[in-house]
Amino acid sequence: MRTLTETPRRATKPGAPPPGIRTIYEKSRPGRRAYSLPQTGVPEVSLDELFPGVARRRRPARLPQIAEVDLVRHFTELSGRDYGVETGIYPLGSCTMKYNPKVNELVAALPGVRGLHPYEPEELVQGALELMDTLSRWLAEIAGLARTTLQPAAGAHGELTGLLLVRAYHEDRGAEPHIALIPDTAHGTNPASVVMAGYEPATMPSDARGGIDVAAVRRFVNEHAGDIACLMLTNPNTLGLFETDIVEVARIVHEAGGLLYYDGANSNAVLGRSRPGDMGFDIVHFNTHKTFSTPHGGGGPGAGPVVVRDILEPYLPVPVLKKTAAHQYTLDYDRPRSIGKVRSFYGNFGVLVRAYAYIRALGAEGLREVSDAAVLNATYVMAGVRDLFDVPYERPVMHEFVVSAEPLRAHGVRALDVAKRLLDYGVHPPTTYFPLIVKEALMIEPTETESRDDLDAFVAAVRAVVGEARSDPELLRTAPHTMPVGRLDEVAAARNPVLSQRFPDDEVAAARPT
Amino acid sequence: MLAAVGVSSLDDLFETIPAEVRFDGRLDLPEPAAEADVWRELSGLAARNRPADELVSFLGGGIYDTFVPAVVEAVTSRSEFLTSYTPYQAERSQGVLQAIFEYQTAICELTGLDVSNASMYDGATALAEAAILAAAHGGRPGGRIVVSGGVHPEYVQVLATETHGLGPAPVVIADDGGGLTSAAALRAAVDAQTAAVVISQPSFFGGIEDLAAAARIAHDAGALLIVVADPLALGVLASPGQEGADIAVGEGQSLGNYQNFGGPGFGFFAARKELTRRLPGRIVGETVDGEGRRGFVLTLQTREQHIRRERATSNICSNHALNALAGLVYLSWLGKDGLPALALQLARSAAYLRERLLGVPGVEPYTRGPVFREFAVTLPVAAGDLVAALAQRGYLAGLDLGRFWPERGNTLLLAVSESRTRAEIDAFVEEVSAHLD
Ligand SMILES: Cc1ncc(COP(=O)(O)O)c(C=O)c1O
Repeated sequence: MRTLTETPRRATKPGAPPPGIRTIYEKSRPGRRAYSLPQTGVPEVSLDELFPGVARRRRPARLPQIAEVDLVRHFTELSGRDYGVETGIYPLGSCTMKYNPKVNELVAALPGVRGLHPYEPEELVQGALELMDTLSRWLAEIAGLARTTLQPAAGAHGELTGLLLVRAYHEDRGAEPHIALIPDTAHGTNPASVVMAGYEPATMPSDARGGIDVAAVRRFVNEHAGDIACLMLTNPNTLGLFETDIVEVARIVHEAGGLLYYDGANSNAVLGRSRPGDMGFDIVHFNTHKTFSTPHGGGGPGAGPVVVRDILEPYLPVPVLKKTAAHQYTLDYDRPRSIGKVRSFYGNFGVLVRAYAYIRALGAEGLREVSDAAVLNATYVMAGVRDLFDVPYERPVMHEFVVSAEPLRAHGVRALDVAKRLLDYGVHPPTTYFPLIVKEALMIEPTETESRDDLDAFVAAVRAVVGEARSDPELLRTAPHTMPVGRLDEVAAARNPVLSQRFPDDEVAAARPT
Repeated sequence: MLAAVGVSSLDDLFETIPAEVRFDGRLDLPEPAAEADVWRELSGLAARNRPADELVSFLGGGIYDTFVPAVVEAVTSRSEFLTSYTPYQAERSQGVLQAIFEYQTAICELTGLDVSNASMYDGATALAEAAILAAAHGGRPGGRIVVSGGVHPEYVQVLATETHGLGPAPVVIADDGGGLTSAAALRAAVDAQTAAVVISQPSFFGGIEDLAAAARIAHDAGALLIVVADPLALGVLASPGQEGADIAVGEGQSLGNYQNFGGPGFGFFAARKELTRRLPGRIVGETVDGEGRRGFVLTLQTREQHIRRERATSNICSNHALNALAGLVYLSWLGKDGLPALALQLARSAAYLRERLLGVPGVEPYTRGPVFREFAVTLPVAAGDLVAALAQRGYLAGLDLGRFWPERGNTLLLAVSESRTRAEIDAFVEEVSAHLD
């Protein structure tokens, strides 16, 4: 555990920028610059000659004027206020924040990877196309399904793509179902994607064991015969519990003419141990930035490749990779039943290369070891903290688990307070308040890359914080105490949104009588 | 550790999986590989590609070989930026949050609009989201989206695909034969059912559109104007906001991001203040802590899927934060003076290349009027043949527009980067001339 050093508490006027926190715009000084432009020898024609009769900018964009050294120092200073997987354990449930092997960054930076233009003649990018084809086949194998599209840019984007495939499948059969079933434990992107695909979500309750309520699904499907487009599920679910009734659920939905969609966000639990295709799913997305270790970059980019059963292959987005008679890879756009395109070009290639390197390094055995260790680590942490909290479902957990901090409410302490106090212990807190069906939820996913020492330290931090909740709850309610800022006022931020830099000349303009 | 959790084998941990769905085989994947072997294999695959910057490239069409200064990677490779998740814990993520705030500012400045989100996947998906916003805002659910034929054909395809379940297919009006939007055709296509008009600045063919005219047509019909903008062009051209646009979106790749075979770059999304609460995705706002210290948080989250679920404005969760950070670093590196200087340099080189090419017998202009960094010409031969022949000579001659429109098989779209020298352009034109002879 880290020693806690108190930051000086400066009292400043609200709104006045305190020393130390200045934006890059506030560091700008006239005449400073970092840029340089190459000499081209091209004739120096004026703007008036280049753009006769064209509406031009009235004033330049107020980008900063800053020297290179100050630019680098600015962002170095900012990065010092952040926490990544390379800082320490990051047990953010549902997010699978595992370590990202360094060699993956090197391969993604190869000139033959990051220097490729998407419209180069195919003969010049055969290596890239082969890589995409191989990765597609690997993902299909891991999913236990037939064909892959690498186009979706993230998990949610994969969901939308999959739902559009569902739609195309039904439309092709002259059917117009409009309901997508979703369990109440589902991630928010699931219902949001359903609506974007033009379907209506129907929320299915969980049963007493924390799985989807099969009886409820059966009842609903019977009452809405002919109207079931699909069911979306993640397995293990967001409680970290395996949906043991999956085969029966799949049978019910398939018999009703619906398809099964697998939200692959939780695949880290079952690599080489259980395959969505074998469970009965027809469509799977993977979040490469979770399962296949592509770094999340403070919010993205990820990639959300989608794998489907052969019956859905005709609808995949264009282009689809194929091999010519001459054993050349080519991009096939001539796919009359395709849904179209879900993003420009071919997907987040630079991210997919990292996923390729990751799977290549681990192979079949390594991937299985990933899931083994992920489940073991989660089970171990669960054993270390379960006595402190309510455990909503008494079942073996998989790669993550959810406990309820409800008992701490007696001390006036909430899950949020636990999370904020954990920051002071130098670890990243778990996900809070998700899934929605567990009150005061703490969702913990240690991942396989943490050592026993790190897990022990995390457990010790959680135990210490819960101890403080009992002895000194105020310490939690006012946490964090050692961060660059104290707990931030989110209500004020939303009530009076300041979403970009306020420039002094704006204020001058605003003060001017109109 | 097995003992500590009370099991005797790893298999016991998976007992909860019913036997019928347990996978007892071995995945058909390669053997595990040492790091050196991974490196060798991927280097080998990469070596079978020709990176655009090893050739003299005139390829554009939405992805450009703009130089990426060293500071960009110096910043984006810092592990706290590279390996953090979405900044849910604000007090431990002030750096990422402040950087997004600064990014939002840069996008507002470029587009001349009031609010920006924290990034989208790419320009095409940003456009689809803008159309969804417009349909919801105008109280015209099922309202039609009227798209200029000067918008990138892949963006139009993504727009059509992603909105397929929501309303009528977008209406695309042909360009005026010179790579620009015909105001008359646009006016004729817009009516009281129109939710939004979409126009690209510059057009996909590189021409400069009259945004103010498009704004008038859209607004007269009660529709919104969405502009798909090339962010570097906004260094010289009137901003979408200045010309009356309600939403500006676009591809940010050429702001400090590599070509990456088309991804990841990032999409940007900016809008007028009135639309703030309908924006898709993350937004960062400034606030204070209990002692009045300045800080930054994710805000207006009641728009988002994790709070609002099926009533969210979008399903987006992960975005392209790291690419947007590269965009911010790049724009800061260029700065207030560098952006217009770079834009001018691109426009000069494009004008020079166009003038030289049009001097080659048989090469005719396609794009009418001034251009920014890109333009189309028609050739006396199939564009694909010229591209193939010049590839042998070390050039990426441009984009054969027959790829999107069979009837445009003789039309070639060419772009310049700021690094292209006069000597390279002259030599290229000689090659084209020799090929056409
Ligand atoms: C269960 C689940 N589904 C879907 C998603 C969405 O994935 P992405 O952020 O890649 O769009 C997430 C990510 O947070 C998730 O945890």
